[in-house]
Amino acid sequence: MTQAEIKLCSLLLQEHFGEIVEKIGTYLIRTGTQPLRMIISDTGLLLDQVKKALCVLIQHNLVTYQLQKRGFVEYEAQCKRVLRILRYPRYIYTAKTLYNDTGELIVEELLLNGKMTMSAVVRKVADRLTETMEDGKTMDYADVSNTFVRLADTHFVQRCPLVPETPESPDAPPPPAPTLVINEKDMYVVPRLNLVGKGKRRRSCDEEENGEHKAKKQKQDGESSEPPPDDGIYWQVNIDRFHQHFRDQGIVSAVANRMDQIFRSLPAGYNIVKQVLDQYLTLLADDPLEFVGKSGDSGGGMYTVNLHKALASLATATLESIVEERFGSRCARIFRLLLRKKHLEQKQVEDFAMIPAKEAKDMLYKMLSENFVSLQEIPKTPDHAPSRTFYLYTVNVLSSARMLLHRCYKSVANLMERRQYETKENKRLLEKSQRVEAILASMQATGAEDAQLQEIEEMITAPERQQLETLKRNVNKIDASENQVDETIFVLESFIESTVKKP
Amino acid sequence: MAGRGRGRGRGQMTFNVEAVGIGKGDALPPPTLQPSPLFPPLEHRAAPLPGGEEGEYMLALKQELRGAMKGLPYFVKPGAPRRDIERYSDKYQISSPVDSAIDWNPDWRRLPRELKIRVRRLRKGTTILIPKCKQRVALDKEETIKKLESLEKKEEEVPSEEEEEKEEEEEGKEEEEEEYDEEEHEEETDYIMSYFDNGEDFGADSDDNMDEAVY
Repeated sequence: MTQAEIKLCSLLLQEHFGEIVEKIGTYLIRTGTQPLRMIISDTGLLLDQVKKALCVLIQHNLVTYQLQKRGFVEYEAQCKRVLRILRYPRYIYTAKTLYNDTGELIVEELLLNGKMTMSAVVRKVADRLTETMEDGKTMDYADVSNTFVRLADTHFVQRCPLVPETPESPDAPPPPAPTLVINEKDMYVVPRLNLVGKGKRRRSCDEEENGEHKAKKQKQDGESSEPPPDDGIYWQVNIDRFHQHFRDQGIVSAVANRMDQIFRSLPAGYNIVKQVLDQYLTLLADDPLEFVGKSGDSGGGMYTVNLHKALASLATATLESIVEERFGSRCARIFRLLLRKKHLEQKQVEDFAMIPAKEAKDMLYKMLSENFVSLQEIPKTPDHAPSRTFYLYTVNVLSSARMLLHRCYKSVANLMERRQYETKENKRLLEKSQRVEAILASMQATGAEDAQLQEIEEMITAPERQQLETLKRNVNKIDASENQVDETIFVLESFIESTVKKP
Repeated sequence: MAGRGRGRGRGQMTFNVEAVGIGKGDALPPPTLQPSPLFPPLEHRAAPLPGGEEGEYMLALKQELRGAMKGLPYFVKPGAPRRDIERYSDKYQISSPVDSAIDWNPDWRRLPRELKIRVRRLRKGTTILIPKCKQRVALDKEETIKKLESLEKKEEEVPSEEEEEKEEEEEGKEEEEEEYDEEEHEEETDYIMSYFDNGEDFGADSDDNMDEAVY
């Protein structure tokens, strides 16, 4: 794990789970697999704090444990999975576009809680949806269940590995840690539940109650009811499936951009005449982008989508765009030239790009110094004498992608730090405005006059208001940037992953 | 061997500089003697962020998620700093969850046994939480303290469970864990907690405007 990744993981953990969890998570990412006592001794935290933090991390699938042969348990952090926290908004939004608000809330609850049983999810989502509905209307459990089943069928949510149901011999003591197993076939099987009920609206009188009382009631409820019928069957979000969806989306939109004309004239639905379909397929297959390949003519032709090429094209397009934005359009021209021709000499670059020598030199060196381009030596003689060696400029897409990915991680870490700094600087003002808003809300609820409301509003002076506006604008901009960089991270990571050979 | 002497031909390099395009007599940029500036001047302005409904919605989602996570029990807050003096108002303040409690109910069947913590139970009566420790010596002291405290209070004492975990390791250390029932002090009062102000915040606000005289 690179320093940049570790730093980003630590910032994400701190922002979402607090400092204690962050300390332990970062420690595990840095030092690898460790048993409990090592964690306690190396981090210097209290035993209970460490236990709590580990429970949280395991619950959210950020840390896994394994029972070693010698009888102790070791914990391992999943650095890549921690980085995915950045992508949570995208998962939730995608669920919304595919399965509407119900789907959105299901995915959101699962992400917020790590893993949940289906009955718990359904109940919570129904309650949340009921809150937003008009008075008198409630959300039926059946609707939520249906959406959940659809999510499971399309593999967007999956079952977590289960505790094995081995018949325990009375002699053998229970193991210090369960070894969780899951059968591939069972991963998307929805338990047969008969969830009957409607969402409950939180009554307004509840809000006035003492927080303790409410918690007490809930606890009593939880203790008195029997275990739910799907006890022990937990569900989690299937991140890889979402990634598949993003990838497909990316490829489709890339091809759509390319074939603008054709796409517009295509009729909706899939009933296209065969000849027309043939024409389009040929067009796609012949396209220099090589997204679609034709292999063989049996049955009228076998067409495949070349995923590797598609991902490579997407990554390359990202690289080109970055060069263009960072160095200017002329540099971009040279870059694209090098991508096409693979290896070029200094002189050739000047000729092909039609850029004067001095400028071309300057641009090439700039890109070289930032590692977008590299030099390839081709010796003419065995003694590698410099005067008798070709030096060719080339672009190594894979290594440039890795370099850029690393840079992306750094960027997001910087963005997060800046955002936290801005928020901290204005902490007092933010608290004040929150207090004023709370007062305003309570006064409006009890029916206050406009004059009184005006008075309260004036507690925040005009320059303070200005400051708050600026802060809000900055924080929004930074947040949006983080989302944007994460999209680039996704494209680059997908490409790099596709080049790594799976064992 | 050749070209080892310094100053013999300015800027000699191992490769033929002409091949890369540096002509003879061209002025090379001066050597860099310090790390690049922290905020290098931006030559090309960054492209504007893509706005649009999708971007706005995801932004809102992100901020909501952040806020929501801070309120969940998964956000482990460091314990409140111990007050040096016991105050009367402590009885009436809603205490933040103590370190050793865990506010949510994980499925303990799925977790290693060594991670088990007593879940917070709300019951009448108090027991002062005693932090767990590994050494045997301190354990005896704890037991004594506990006994004393249980005698002091007239509430029912919750028997503590003792779990022993043996680790099969070279050291052969034995960790004894005692789990104490942790109860939250709950008194029914007619007073709304939030109205109680123990006056600690008075004077804590910073006086930014020193123009006004303070009497």
